[in-house]
Amino acid sequence: MERRNQADTITATVTSMAGAADTAKTNIKVSMFATCIGDALYPRIGEAMARLLARLGVSLEFPPGQTCCGQPAFNSGYWEEARRSASTLLEAFADSDFVIGPSGSCIGMIHHYPKLFEHDPVRLKMAEELKAKSYEFTQFLVQVLGVTDLGASFPHKVTYHPSCHGSRLLGIKEEPMALLQNVKGMELIPLPFAEDCCGFGGTFAVKMADISGAMVTEKADHVLETSAEVLTGLDMACLMNIAGQLRHRQQSVRVMHLAELLDEGVSGT
Amino acid sequence: MSSVKERADLALNNDFLRKAVRFTTERLRDGKRKAADDHGNWEEWRERGRQIRLHTIAHLDYYLHRFAEQARANGAHVHFASTGEEAVRIALEIAARKQARSVVKSKSMVSEELHVNRALEEAGVETVETDLGEYIIQLAGEAPSHIIIPAIHKNRYQIAELLSREAGEELPPETSVLAGFVRRKLRAKFLEADIGMTGCNFAIAETGSIVLFENEGNARMVSTVPKTQITFMGMERIIPSWSDLEVMATLLPRSATGQKLTVYMSGITGPRRSADGDGPEEMHIIILDNGRSEQLGDPEFQELLNCIRCGACLNACPVYRHIGGHAYGGTYSGPIGAVLTPALNKNVAEWDDIASASSLCGACYEACPVKIPLHDMLVYLRRRKVEQGYGNKLETAGMKGFAAVTANSKRFHQVLKAGRVLQRLVVRNGEIPAQIGPLKGWNRYRVAPSLANQPFRERWDSLQHELRASVEQTGTGAVAQERMREALLQRAAARPEGNGVPGRTHEVSGDQDGNATVRKEGQTYDG
Repeated sequence: MERRNQADTITATVTSMAGAADTAKTNIKVSMFATCIGDALYPRIGEAMARLLARLGVSLEFPPGQTCCGQPAFNSGYWEEARRSASTLLEAFADSDFVIGPSGSCIGMIHHYPKLFEHDPVRLKMAEELKAKSYEFTQFLVQVLGVTDLGASFPHKVTYHPSCHGSRLLGIKEEPMALLQNVKGMELIPLPFAEDCCGFGGTFAVKMADISGAMVTEKADHVLETSAEVLTGLDMACLMNIAGQLRHRQQSVRVMHLAELLDEGVSGT
Repeated sequence: MSSVKERADLALNNDFLRKAVRFTTERLRDGKRKAADDHGNWEEWRERGRQIRLHTIAHLDYYLHRFAEQARANGAHVHFASTGEEAVRIALEIAARKQARSVVKSKSMVSEELHVNRALEEAGVETVETDLGEYIIQLAGEAPSHIIIPAIHKNRYQIAELLSREAGEELPPETSVLAGFVRRKLRAKFLEADIGMTGCNFAIAETGSIVLFENEGNARMVSTVPKTQITFMGMERIIPSWSDLEVMATLLPRSATGQKLTVYMSGITGPRRSADGDGPEEMHIIILDNGRSEQLGDPEFQELLNCIRCGACLNACPVYRHIGGHAYGGTYSGPIGAVLTPALNKNVAEWDDIASASSLCGACYEACPVKIPLHDMLVYLRRRKVEQGYGNKLETAGMKGFAAVTANSKRFHQVLKAGRVLQRLVVRNGEIPAQIGPLKGWNRYRVAPSLANQPFRERWDSLQHELRASVEQTGTGAVAQERMREALLQRAAARPEGNGVPGRTHEVSGDQDGNATVRKEGQTYDG
């Protein structure tokens, strides 16, 4: 409840502040972590996130030294390789105050950095700092900015898949729900067996293709059961997996990252 | 031995199995969820359970010694077996000394780990499983495919068929008829058995007692009717006291089946005393190591010994749901089996890809009543295999390539540009449908996306220009700045002085990354 009140206040204040441009100048550095999948395959997600944050008065920076969080190598047991990839983030975000990424899984990977760099005192310190300042997109909106209502309107039937790493390992459960519940005109249909993994699991989908295939097939079945027009979530890797299976079955369900949905909802396109 | 993939394929093509496993795991996990909700303080009890297990395992030498002393004082014979073969040998010696012709067994995963049935049969001792599920798979000549529901992969038609063969007449696939047949059949076995063999859910150090949880009453028959009792016990089954059992008795049945309490819970303290109405004249407790002590002092795997064998991780696991237990290829299946089997068998070269059969979704950790981070342990297993040079060659090359590309943002960008050109060969309507190269398995079930025409990093400059202007124009930043400043202050306040590592200094931290100090205590273990 308290969060809701904060949100009302910020929406109100944000509007009334128009014109007080001098107070906006600051040295707080907020950086975008685009994620490799977001960068290479789905640049629209990073754009949507940046636009939404700009509306709330947050100017992002994009340190170009970033590549990938290293999760594919880390999860497969290739930690030396993971460290090389992860180091790009440690360095790219070294002087950021906040790092925001559109993926619970990639932000969750940053939470593994202290373990990954446990034998490297210098990088361990950087890893601890990066972990403390990294936020998944909805975490930042709700926990830091206190915003749950973006004034979005999205007159469609929507279902939501809570990705495992964000919801289980980072505990992001209420934040997306609060944001979704405030979208006007939208019908949110619960996804059956929502908490079951979609079967992506990075290299798992390649190495254990048939097990992964069975999992994503069942996930798509559940999405179709809802008869929703749109599937949304917080992790483009999982959504890519489910979308790929829906397309394989020639189903027309639109798959959108929550940032995209909200951005479309506020800009009225 | 076959690979996980081959075994998983068998399961994936077996609709009976998949349906049966789905049906029962759903029932069990729904039951567990409801029991946890009804309990009201589940998370607190879960943490309590974890603390009890952490403490006990950190002081396992002390508690084992105390347990053995107390059990001996009660008149039980306590044997320590460092390997499975040794445990079997001890059991066979007891059977020979007793000139035993038949053994009745209650459900025991440790005895499955030892393959003691086979050894007994080879020695000419009839061995009968008396747990309904175990009895069914014994008839089928199979191993259990679930820690607590051994025959979870069979439906009642398949079970009726098995039991009809045993009965020599057609039995209808009705649970009450089938259970009735087994009950009559087993009654006679209980009465004529020379030895009763049990497992052990918990061993109470303070009184040297063993505790059995069951629903059918067969373990009570096994532990009261035959004149000799042999109890197999993994060395980590210990808890300090009866008051700790209260916590375990709250966590175990709820996590396993959603029951508030199992139908029978038996505490057995030594053999029959003169005033007792029943019970064995002689009681043997065989305490098994078999790779367990290898985990002690290992900061990444010691918590494996905290497991209370409830099976909740199997019921929650989306992989187990599709492939069942036999695909795991060991005595223990599901997420716990995927970690325990390799961990107990230290020979890394012989591990197959069992630890790869997980999407690392963390459902196991979430379901675990003592919060064992199985999803992290799966990654540690994979890493150890790679570190010791047993990584798959193709994968190793791929990962080296991955690192070469992602270690440098300029190279990463170049590769994106090159990929954009190359992908023209395979992109159709903005997607890649062909089942080629690394997309072979992926595209069997999906259509792959193509690389964006312009990656985010190329769009950023113009986007940033546009957005900076709009932020400055509207001047909406003040509130957000204030909120962020607050968050920065809170972050600074949360940081303990000096090391900047929250949680690290606690005796036992809940840190996901897992470096709890208590594990260090384990390193002093010298038993």
